[in-house]
Amino acid sequence: MLSRKASCDSHEQDSSYFLGWQEYEKNPYHEVQNPNGIIQMGLAENQLSFDLLESWLASNTDALGLKRNGRSVFRELALFQDYHGFPAFKNELVEFMAKLRGYKVAFDPNKLVLMAGSTSANEILMFCLAEPGEAFLLPTPYYPGFDRDLKWRTGVEIVPIHCSSSNDFRITACALEEAYQRAQKLNLKVKGVLVTNPSNPLGSTLNRDELNHLIDFAIKKEVHIISDEIYSGTVFDSPSFISITEAVMEKHVDHESDLLGRIHIVYSLSKDLGLPGFRVGMIYSNNETVVAAATKMSSFGLVSSQTQFLLSNMLSDKKFTSKYIKENQRRLKKRKDMLVSGLRSAGIGCAKSNAGLFCWVDMRYLLRSDTFEAEKELWKRILFEVGLNISPGSSCHCSEPGWFRVCFANMSQEILKVAIRRIEAFAESLSSASGRENLSHQRSARNSRRSLSKWVFPISSYNDHEPADR
Amino acid sequence: MKPLSRKATCNTHGQDSSYFLGWQKYENNPFDEVRNPNGIIQMGLAENQLSFDILESWLDMNPDAAGFKRDGNSIFRELALFQDYHGLPACKKALVEFMAEIRGNKVTFDPSRLVLTAGSTSANETLMFCLAEAGEAFLLPTPYYPGFDRDLKWRTGVEIVPIHCTSSNGFRITASALEEAYQGARKRNLRVKGVLVTNPSNPLGTTLSLSELNLLLDFITAKDIHLISDEIYSGTVFSSPGFVSVMEVLNGYENTEVWNRVHIVYSLSKDLGLPGFRIGAIYSNDEMVVAAATKMSSFGLVSSQTQYLLSALLSDKNFTKKYLFENQERLKQRHKMLVMGLQKARISCLKSNAGLFCWVDMRPLLHSNTFESEMELWKKIVYDVRLNISPGSSCHCTEPGWFRVCFANMSEATLNLAMQRLKKFVVDSTTNNSNNRSLDHYYSAKNSKKKSLIPKWSLIPKWVFRLSSRDRDRESSDER
Repeated sequence: MLSRKASCDSHEQDSSYFLGWQEYEKNPYHEVQNPNGIIQMGLAENQLSFDLLESWLASNTDALGLKRNGRSVFRELALFQDYHGFPAFKNELVEFMAKLRGYKVAFDPNKLVLMAGSTSANEILMFCLAEPGEAFLLPTPYYPGFDRDLKWRTGVEIVPIHCSSSNDFRITACALEEAYQRAQKLNLKVKGVLVTNPSNPLGSTLNRDELNHLIDFAIKKEVHIISDEIYSGTVFDSPSFISITEAVMEKHVDHESDLLGRIHIVYSLSKDLGLPGFRVGMIYSNNETVVAAATKMSSFGLVSSQTQFLLSNMLSDKKFTSKYIKENQRRLKKRKDMLVSGLRSAGIGCAKSNAGLFCWVDMRYLLRSDTFEAEKELWKRILFEVGLNISPGSSCHCSEPGWFRVCFANMSQEILKVAIRRIEAFAESLSSASGRENLSHQRSARNSRRSLSKWVFPISSYNDHEPADR
Repeated sequence: MKPLSRKATCNTHGQDSSYFLGWQKYENNPFDEVRNPNGIIQMGLAENQLSFDILESWLDMNPDAAGFKRDGNSIFRELALFQDYHGLPACKKALVEFMAEIRGNKVTFDPSRLVLTAGSTSANETLMFCLAEAGEAFLLPTPYYPGFDRDLKWRTGVEIVPIHCTSSNGFRITASALEEAYQGARKRNLRVKGVLVTNPSNPLGTTLSLSELNLLLDFITAKDIHLISDEIYSGTVFSSPGFVSVMEVLNGYENTEVWNRVHIVYSLSKDLGLPGFRIGAIYSNDEMVVAAATKMSSFGLVSSQTQYLLSALLSDKNFTKKYLFENQERLKQRHKMLVMGLQKARISCLKSNAGLFCWVDMRPLLHSNTFESEMELWKKIVYDVRLNISPGSSCHCTEPGWFRVCFANMSEATLNLAMQRLKKFVVDSTTNNSNNRSLDHYYSAKNSKKKSLIPKWSLIPKWVFRLSSRDRDRESSDER
């Protein structure tokens, strides 16, 4: 009766992830009403800078009231459904994007296509670049939503590029080639690579080497690169963000390679401005055909003109955007430092990160065994006993068990502190369970391992764990 | 290796090149009462611009709704973060109540069966993804909205098979037309998954009759298929017969098999004149469809800023009552203006009671009963008469000579001007008629009921006044 798409489960709503959500919904933390409830740390939202937005809104009521210079533009906006997008808004967006990249690149508003969220943007790019049954390579770990967004209605396949903690989950030329070969063996034609930069869930920006590997690979295999840069405004620490466009420019790519026509950027205001509800996403492409097709496809998810108007006003206020970007990044850094030091005092390490709204936390040493079953077990304990909803690495297709994404920007400072205390108590309870001698033994072992892997602080767990230099 | 997909490089987004040229012509020379009084008047855009003042005055009196405030308190944060694909509960509640109000409260809707989408464009595509595989088909009565060729087929791979309707019975859907379309699909090895109707119809501007609705329900029951009723114009019904929603016919058939296979599409683009705000919806009694469509709506959610504004607007029942009534009155007046203006130009149109347009019969102005002739006429109307109207062929009409002419997207003065231009065009064409037949001859011939002048094939529809044109080929009209 219904299509396979409607009846199957491949919208990929991972059941453990879903369970975490359900449990949170049933028992959400509240400082007063439910202090023992579950704290949501699985939602990559940016709630730190609303006051800045609200204060701007309070001084710019015209934008809200659909007025320009005191005159109502309601009719114009009510009727505006042109899929080319509100020109003023696109002009402001490309300017904002350039600003986030330190003006090292410039963007042409005619190459920007607006649509309802980066969810829509990513799916549209799949429809434009691949046939059903063809494949895109994605470095793991990756955002779980991609399984739905890229594959569900498009029929496109994802083939993972395995990255590992041995080199901070960096993309290597070897991993790229290996993924490509694996796709070939599966009879899947590879149309491109999709990277998230800064990465979700790692919280780190791609370095120059990685970007160069991608470029070399895309030239050699004649495939596309999609760079999902929705977290580009959340880079709060060095090294600074290098956009794919900048990397291509710096490499002085030979124009004959046509590579420029195969580079596409996805952006959104959901993370940088904390406005996921407003559904503002976009595709930037140098390829005319892609821009033309994506523009028409955006009909299936246009941005509300009411929202385009409000945000074009907001982004045109350059003083505001400069202040916002800087202050927002400062607050994100502070929060991240809080979480990292809180985890450290619980003896838990995380991957070094300089961006994003989360940390990639190493709980391998808390696993009963180096397996995904053990990871799931640990995740459930953290959900039900510790009362924290965090995202297990397996939901992000991580190839190593024991890693978790923990968000830090979607709650108040007080709640983060509560969460950290709970983690500390949990870690304490684990180490006291395994005995004090083990703990001091592990601490000295840890100190000697420090030279091997800077950021990972192993602690004791029930059984002997494998060395960090896996 | 082909770098882009077939979808990206092909033309089946349905943006046909000859109409594109016509649109370009309009874009290059748009009418403006002051700045360009000789420009092309846009009559091809089904927009409702008649009642903005009512909306604007509501917004002035309710600044909180656009100001992210509820009872004076800021709810900006809550809205900024709200991306739940189940939709803002207050918005869905207000929307289902509005939908019920439009249907005279003869049906009630359950907000948990409503899925919000960024426009009905998104809703229709989503339903295709949910109900059909690539290569399967939906039957659509002709003439139909040209956008369906893109919305229903492009990315889904679903096929459209037309249900041919003709002027012989006012373009009503008949049992034999349904069956013929179904068999036609089968011959092409296309598995039919359902029927999609627009009620009220675009481009006809008529509401489906009770017998058509029953026919459709009988048909989908017999064939075990779906029915999608696109009711985006339901609030524009301005005269009798009133609007009968398919859901009303299903009252008393809850939880039957057929009840689960009927889905409604709605939108605020036409009734409220807010196409820019992208508010569409799917209503389905089938839980699985609701569940799947809800997840798919992730690809086109309605901005929470807009959902909130709408929830405040539509929960004001004084407003909705006043708006619906006043808007319908204004549409009725405009419709009357257009019909009378056309009559003065000796042009008739299909009797209609809804929508933002008339379905105009320009067959008498054709040189020959062909689509080439229709295209010729259309070009003349765009380039010489300077009116951008939509030719029936773009709506897949089987008979050449019909045009959709919009009346709600310009001022009264502009509409009057358009009618004057049209009248002049017809008069000039008739004056140049080399056969020297006068209009009066044809009206008297009609009145005298001389059967030789009345085509045997037709049911002599009351509303069609035949006119002469230059080289009208009598025999070809008899063949239709």
